[in-house]
Amino acid sequence: MNRVSWIRIAVVAIAIGLLEVCCRLGLIDTRVVIPPSQMAEALAQLLISGRVNPEIARTFGIVLIAAVISVVAGFALGVVVHALPRVRQALDPFFATYYAVPIFIFYPVLIVIFGLSVMPIVLMGVATAIVAMVISTLNGLDRVPQVLSKVARVHRMGRTATALLLKLPAAAPHLFTGVKLAVSYAFIGVIASEFILAPAGLGRVISDAYTDFNNRQMYALMLLLIIVATMVNMLLHVLDQRWAERRGIAKA
Amino acid sequence: MTASKRAADTLIIVALVLLAWQALHQMVGATALPGPVPTLAYLAEFVPSERFAENAWATLVCFFYALLLSYGIGLAIGVWMGVHRLSAAVGEPILISLYTLPKVTLYPVVLLIFGLSVAGRTTFGAMHGVLPVALLTMSAIRNIPRVYWKSAQALHLSRRQTLVTVLFPATLPEVVAGLRIGFTLTLLGVLLAEMFAAKHGLGSLIINAMQLLQGEEMLSVAVVLFIFAAVANALLLWIEHQLHRRV
Repeated sequence: MNRVSWIRIAVVAIAIGLLEVCCRLGLIDTRVVIPPSQMAEALAQLLISGRVNPEIARTFGIVLIAAVISVVAGFALGVVVHALPRVRQALDPFFATYYAVPIFIFYPVLIVIFGLSVMPIVLMGVATAIVAMVISTLNGLDRVPQVLSKVARVHRMGRTATALLLKLPAAAPHLFTGVKLAVSYAFIGVIASEFILAPAGLGRVISDAYTDFNNRQMYALMLLLIIVATMVNMLLHVLDQRWAERRGIAKA
Repeated sequence: MTASKRAADTLIIVALVLLAWQALHQMVGATALPGPVPTLAYLAEFVPSERFAENAWATLVCFFYALLLSYGIGLAIGVWMGVHRLSAAVGEPILISLYTLPKVTLYPVVLLIFGLSVAGRTTFGAMHGVLPVALLTMSAIRNIPRVYWKSAQALHLSRRQTLVTVLFPATLPEVVAGLRIGFTLTLLGVLLAEMFAAKHGLGSLIINAMQLLQGEEMLSVAVVLFIFAAVANALLLWIEHQLHRRV
């Protein structure tokens, strides 16, 4: 741990401590925000009681499914589009605008089509995540050095061997960026959909707790979501960094 | 030549989207998803109506305030972290993890603080927009080649002169990229807030239309928002390209 990490931890700790103190002293109304210690306590109680475990499993399950579909299908689409330069050229403006459009405006349309079920939520998760994966796949394949295909020809490698042994590893860092984005986008897509309207799930439970003025439950589950999302993103970030380091060493 | 080709490509995509829409409409039926023709006919009637104008105005007002906040706070944080190395080292990972957080989770907190008001929706929109503006501004400043700083020193430029003649032009393209993403996300934030809980605005209009099974109205609003976002994005992208070319 270096100095910067310590300072960072201190900053976060001070922020949490300040919130705690303000809540305890009554500077912040506890009907609005409860002290962080109580949030943690409420979360622990909730997890031990197991009351919301099905909701937790449901939401994270949907996120996982949406992320896997996005990564697999996004990669496949990326490979296909990369192989067809004319199609790609035509799709470029589409990719450039995709994330500019608030796609959540189409969530109600999906609900009307598929009913209030898991389906629209999964689709929303995939819709938010998949294009990031497609774009990253295209970027990765673009940056495969020309020399590698020459190497493949020199060694008379077949198409599959070239793709698996040379192109895939060369594009891997970009693909991983795609995976990273797809996971965090799937998170956002699924949770936001559940918030707007859903039959069950963490987003729904939090919004119900808000309507019922059940602050303890609301803050406990918010804390859970924040912790899980941060941990997953941090894990992916650390993996990414470690990979980059290894490549750096391999280069030298 | 390339411009006309690009326009043709865009037209082809629009045509394909309309075809897919029509096909989906045939598959799921008219109540669930009205076809493009009745929707666009409805849109032509609905957009000039007073009800649409009121809600669109409500959304625009929120969006405008949220955008001001996003840009103001985002630029301030970005400049500070770009200039102050330690702050950047400490703060960047925090900002990035906030950026990847599903911020909808926090909307009930905003609602508890501000109530169902313009202030709440504005704050929520700004929460989405601040981070990309701050992060890209910071990276823009930190990516300024060292030579620029040195030449500013060598020319004995004052702080103000350095800022106006060196820092500002050098960072502009990337900062504009940040402003573009901030624009997008702020709009998303405002609409999400309206969809979750609001009595006015285009987001709440969509949710109401869904509950009343008014497919045409729901899709009309979605189409209007889609076009607004796409056109604004294209415009900002164009500015960005112009700036890049100039540098």
